[in-house]
Amino acid sequence: MIKLKQHSPPQWEYPTYKPGETVALFIPCYIDQFYPQIAEATARILTEQGVPVVFPEQQTCCGQPAFNSGYWDEARKVVRHFCEVFRDYRWIVSPSGSCTAMCRVFFEHVDADPGVVAVGRRVIELSEFLVEVLGVTDLGAYFPYKVALHNGCHTRRELGVVEPPLKLLEKIRGMTFCELPNAEECCGFGGTFSVKMPGTSLAMGRTKVENIVSSGAEVVASLDISCLMHIGGILRRNPATRHIRTLHLAELLVAREETAGTTAARTGQEPGQRPPQTP
Amino acid sequence: MPTHDLNLEGAAFLKDLNAGLYEPAATRSLGESAERSSKHTRSITDAIPYWQQWREAANGIKSYAIAHLDKLLTQFESGITARGAEVLYAENAAEANQLVLDIARKHQVKTVVKSKSMVSEEMELNHKLAAIGVRPVETDLGEYIVQLAEQRPVHIVTPAMHMSAADVGHLFQQKLGEPFSAEHQNLTRIARKHLREDFVRAEMGISGVNFGIADTGSLVIVENEGNAGLSTSAPEVHVALMGIEKVIPRIADLPLFLNLLARSGTGQKLTTYTHLIHGATPGRKLYVIILDNGRSNVLKDPAARMALFCIRCGACLNACPVYRRTGGWAYGWVYPGPIGSILTPHLIGLEQAAALPFASSLCGACGEVCPVKIDIPHQLVHLRSRAVSEPSPMNKPLERLTWRLWAFAMGGPWRYRLTMWGVRLGVRLVPWIAWHPGKLGAWTRGRELPEVPRTSFRRWWRNHRDHLQPKLPAPEQPAERASP
Repeated sequence: MIKLKQHSPPQWEYPTYKPGETVALFIPCYIDQFYPQIAEATARILTEQGVPVVFPEQQTCCGQPAFNSGYWDEARKVVRHFCEVFRDYRWIVSPSGSCTAMCRVFFEHVDADPGVVAVGRRVIELSEFLVEVLGVTDLGAYFPYKVALHNGCHTRRELGVVEPPLKLLEKIRGMTFCELPNAEECCGFGGTFSVKMPGTSLAMGRTKVENIVSSGAEVVASLDISCLMHIGGILRRNPATRHIRTLHLAELLVAREETAGTTAARTGQEPGQRPPQTP
Repeated sequence: MPTHDLNLEGAAFLKDLNAGLYEPAATRSLGESAERSSKHTRSITDAIPYWQQWREAANGIKSYAIAHLDKLLTQFESGITARGAEVLYAENAAEANQLVLDIARKHQVKTVVKSKSMVSEEMELNHKLAAIGVRPVETDLGEYIVQLAEQRPVHIVTPAMHMSAADVGHLFQQKLGEPFSAEHQNLTRIARKHLREDFVRAEMGISGVNFGIADTGSLVIVENEGNAGLSTSAPEVHVALMGIEKVIPRIADLPLFLNLLARSGTGQKLTTYTHLIHGATPGRKLYVIILDNGRSNVLKDPAARMALFCIRCGACLNACPVYRRTGGWAYGWVYPGPIGSILTPHLIGLEQAAALPFASSLCGACGEVCPVKIDIPHQLVHLRSRAVSEPSPMNKPLERLTWRLWAFAMGGPWRYRLTMWGVRLGVRLVPWIAWHPGKLGAWTRGRELPEVPRTSFRRWWRNHRDHLQPKLPAPEQPAERASP
């Protein structure tokens, strides 16, 4: 179980991973249904590192949408199902920062049951698992594009995960890192906030897009595809920004020289929209 | 520019949830100023190695103070009363107004000079004074500008943040008959010229209170313009308005709070002036009005207690991306921004302000900068859960039904799959539908939807799990069984 060392900024004490221990994948519902390539990449990355992975097929959702909307009784039902499914796994890895934060930080708000809290505390975000637990940063990735990193707010502030994605990006060959102006500012997604207050949400998203454009990035990477669904949705609405792709960090990490231009090309864009190869 | 809507049938967010942007003409400059402020104060606080420990300590002290309010207020009262001050308690704004008006009548007051006080905004004191023929003059420059413009403050520290120097120049030209200028120095000079006359003329000064110190029985007022010093010492009568939560236990705690407040509020090491008032000057009158006005409602909700820790620095407003785009009036009452969203529902009731906790993307920027470490984002979610279950405009049976259905759908893999099949179909059909209703329309108005892939991950997993890892442990072997 992951222990909280100090709360601000959050710092965690991770248990030691013994080689051969099984890792259960927690694939959030929107990744399962709309971005399966991210889950696929996550499974491949872990397998390549010699980590046996399983996908408990009973899993559904972590309950975050209901929790954030204030419907805690409804969220609790889903949280309990989650804990039922994952109770027996010591390691639970998820390619989503905000869902990990829901499990690790917010389960205890919804349900004080120590069993529930304990399961939540075992959930680890993918980049966190790779860097902080396995201690690997170079996954042999090759990705010859200009990349900006959007660190989701829950990942940054609730989990305090800031360094791991940067360390992983640093080791990707061929990649140029683009500093995002005002990187700390929220993109405006905020789950149901994006449809409850679309005016403000879009205004925030457009500022983020302006910053992405000014950074010169061809690709925006993140640990949270939910933010990217919103950012990408705005990018693709405007023909002038349509060429900028949004990808989960895991998709970058499985990109290889042999497959350059294909692996990460599936981004839900029209064909012919792939960015030019850097010479 | 819209003036503030004084009738409180709910925050503006509630009335116009979809528009979101409430004061478009002024928002851009307000947003830029707030962002600049935030970056500046952040650079100051980040440079302090012990900042996190300071926050921690302040949170602890406030936690003690709020838990022992009765004891500390009594101690404060006996201390300051012994030195000639009169302490009066008011349960609500109406009572507090009555007390101020009685004092004004008793001393035959015609002009009141006011230094900054958010409590007086809660009381709408200026209107009440004007109604009995007393002329209230705001003497804080920002408040003065806002008062001349007949508006409400957009910010708790910088009330006229939405106005440019040119806006102020035009205002002074129009209201004071001064020649137009957009130079900060000229504008300050004009305001000073007019205010000096009022300081001399006024029979009564009203101020807020930043801290009430229990062990010495002292009032602390911090400021930068010198107007609070004049307001509290030039007139014969000084009335200090203080919320019950302003009391701190010891004078030894003060340096910590002064450090936190100045740095988080304006990025200063210390404000230009720090006034400590220990009692009445002989021959003059000092009244301290201690106001509850809904604050004890917070005490009834143990999970919300931290909302009373606030020292009104405004850092969370500056840091908030929502505030930067909506401005202060959108929050509908005295306290805007994240702190307003967690305080207003307690002070004026959830029924009136239920929408406020929802006016946030829960990004947590507010909690990160709060100098007394109020867990604002967590408070917001807590208030959301109360808003949807207690009587309030956000408690909508249809929405609850939707979430119940959602919880049922997420309760098992087959229900989940069936639901997701529907969702995928829906998203596929979207481009073919001309009109997108409700929440879907809210998304597609400015954003594309994701494209639906051919298969879900779970289907991919079924086909690939054996190839993915030949040495998969046969039945899933848990490494360690957790105790339920």
